[in-house]
Amino acid sequence: MNFGLLFTTALGSLSSNKLRASLTLLGIVIGVSSVIAMMAVGRGAQVSVTSRISELGTDLITVRPGAQALRFAFFGGGGNSDVVSLGDALSLDDEVFSPNARVIAPENSFSGTATFGRENTFVNGVGVTAEYIEARNLKIASGRNISNIDVQNDSLVAVLGSATSEALFGQRDSVGSTIKISNREFTVVGVLKSQQGTIFNPDNSVLIPITTAYYRMNNGKGPRESISVSAINILAKSEKVVDAARLEISTVLRLNHELDADEEDDFLITTQQDTIETLEGTQGTFVILLGSIAGISLLVGGIGVMNIMLVSVTERTREIGIRRAVGAKRRDILLQFVTEAVMMTFGGGVLGVVAGWAIAHFGNGATVSGDVIETVIEAQIAVLALAVSVAVGLFFGIYPAVRAASLNPIEALRHE
Amino acid sequence: MARPGVGVAGKLAVVDNMGARTVRRPVIELKAVTREFKVGTQLVRALNGIDLTIDRGEMVAIIGPSGSGKSTLMNTLGCLDTPSSGSFFLNGHDVSRLSDDQLAETRSRQLGFVFQSYNLLPRETALSNVELPLKYSGGYSARARKEAARKALDRVGLAERYDHRPLQLSGGEQQRVGIARALVQNPDLILADEPTGNLDTKSSQEVITMLKSLNEDDGKTIVIVTHDPEVADATKRIVAFRDGLIIEDRMVNGSPRRSLNQDEVRS
Ligand SMILES: Nc1ncnc2c1ncn2[C@@H]1O[C@H](COP(=O)(O)OP(=O)(O)OP(=O)(O)O)[C@@H](O)[C@H]1O
Ligand SMILES: [Mg+2]
Repeated sequence: MNFGLLFTTALGSLSSNKLRASLTLLGIVIGVSSVIAMMAVGRGAQVSVTSRISELGTDLITVRPGAQALRFAFFGGGGNSDVVSLGDALSLDDEVFSPNARVIAPENSFSGTATFGRENTFVNGVGVTAEYIEARNLKIASGRNISNIDVQNDSLVAVLGSATSEALFGQRDSVGSTIKISNREFTVVGVLKSQQGTIFNPDNSVLIPITTAYYRMNNGKGPRESISVSAINILAKSEKVVDAARLEISTVLRLNHELDADEEDDFLITTQQDTIETLEGTQGTFVILLGSIAGISLLVGGIGVMNIMLVSVTERTREIGIRRAVGAKRRDILLQFVTEAVMMTFGGGVLGVVAGWAIAHFGNGATVSGDVIETVIEAQIAVLALAVSVAVGLFFGIYPAVRAASLNPIEALRHE
Repeated sequence: MARPGVGVAGKLAVVDNMGARTVRRPVIELKAVTREFKVGTQLVRALNGIDLTIDRGEMVAIIGPSGSGKSTLMNTLGCLDTPSSGSFFLNGHDVSRLSDDQLAETRSRQLGFVFQSYNLLPRETALSNVELPLKYSGGYSARARKEAARKALDRVGLAERYDHRPLQLSGGEQQRVGIARALVQNPDLILADEPTGNLDTKSSQEVITMLKSLNEDDGKTIVIVTHDPEVADATKRIVAFRDGLIIEDRMVNGSPRRSLNQDEVRS
């Protein structure tokens, strides 16, 4: 039997019991559409995380102290190791040893409460140099940035994040006012632009000179070079030289720290690319989890197909006998039943892709308990889902079809 | 039909060397055919050593009590079943050497089978039921199939019934659709297992007249299993069965069949 005949024969059999075929198909539709929708949600989450990280600039390199820094890498906290110092940062600003490093911005974090009059708010304090805002891609909304003169003088000046400013001053301009941070008076010299929605949201922060943070807030002692920093943000000259810059930084720091060849780094260098990869990996696991849950419903749909095909083979034993008696080979019967199964699952796959796409499309931007769901529909997933639905038809259709094909024609003809 | 390794000419030559009885090979040649069924631990012998030769153009009735092995014989002749022992040559080809696929091809091209219970596909029209064997033998366009099916239905007098489904036809008409399906590939041999078993006298008459005409006018070889003496008498030769054995083989005009006498002498 050629393919066209096989197709029309199978279609004829399926349409003779439309309700049954439709219900079986529905199982596949549900399975495939949930796979599509789940994958779209998962990929949406992945893509939005990636794009938020990329906003920071893919040329950003971060140096943190010690192996323990790994633990803090994604939480923005600082390690309490004093291994990376302001001196390290200064030595990286070197055209000979680290020609690919462009902006070097050490930072030192602290936390505290900012007060103005009766208003007060919790802040993420960051001790910075003038380079910080460029390295972290921040913008000044009004006033000025922390200058390196401020850093030299341990000045009591602060740049407020937009949310901090709003908490203390409402809509009024805070530049020029005096606020208290942990009982020390600071003059507000600038306010940052709001960057709501980015992954490292600076809106709740307060920037002060790194020297002020070390000597005045943390009561540190010693020369400037010894000031320990929680991180050094470095911009590579371009995205292409990130890896070269990373190598240079590592070499300089190892020299500074007098590490022998067999000693491991006592600092940790992370690039944005690393962060994206790690987060994508985590998100990937999430996508796989969602996908497998949906995949189970596809499996259940496949079992439904097998069940119906087995019933169908029993019901149509006599038909099989007739076909065999007039010349059908075993293979003809086998292909007929497999074709029926695959037609159901492929049909279900097509409808499922359409339904899943519709769910993902109209679900994009919906809010579920406060979280906005973003969905990304990928053509590969749709193609894959179709391929899988055909495979499901083959897998679950083959056994009933083999049963049908192996029937003895005489016994099949005698079947009532 | 392609049958690798089973050359017709070769077979003929062997027979000729043995001193052939006929120049042309018979359509059917059974020698010492048995068929056993295992029912639980018991062995049922449905055919108990059958020697039977049917020549081209014959019309033979197989009669005998219920359970005597008539249907088992017909299934064997129709290549739906294979003997437990003995040999069966169909048009000179050793059926026992055919693969499952070749048996299917033989069923579709070399013979037509007519069943007591018609065995039509209930959802299909008369025309597409008759087309069915052509779909499996392949090589026909949809048009050629329809054309052949129409011709077969015309031959059995159902030109007005192409698009009727089996349930919209009388028993006699359904059986004629069955005959048309058997005819559609234009085989030389038609096998009919109690074709009138479910029919009233008038429809029986029609079916028998039809089969007779196929034998006399178209030269088809026809084997009919029947319980009806009238049907048997309408044929040219009657073979009687009992307990899986042939107990009588005679021409309807009264003369005993020669070849049987020879076989009896031999055994
Ligand atoms: N598949 C089978 N399994 C076991 N026994 C069988 C099978 N087919 C036939 N038989 C046995 O073989 C014997 C002959 O059966 P067969 O159907 O050939 O009889 P028959 O002459 O056609 O009878 P009837 O006139 O009732 O149709 C019977 O005893 C039957 O029970
Ligand atoms: Mg019988």
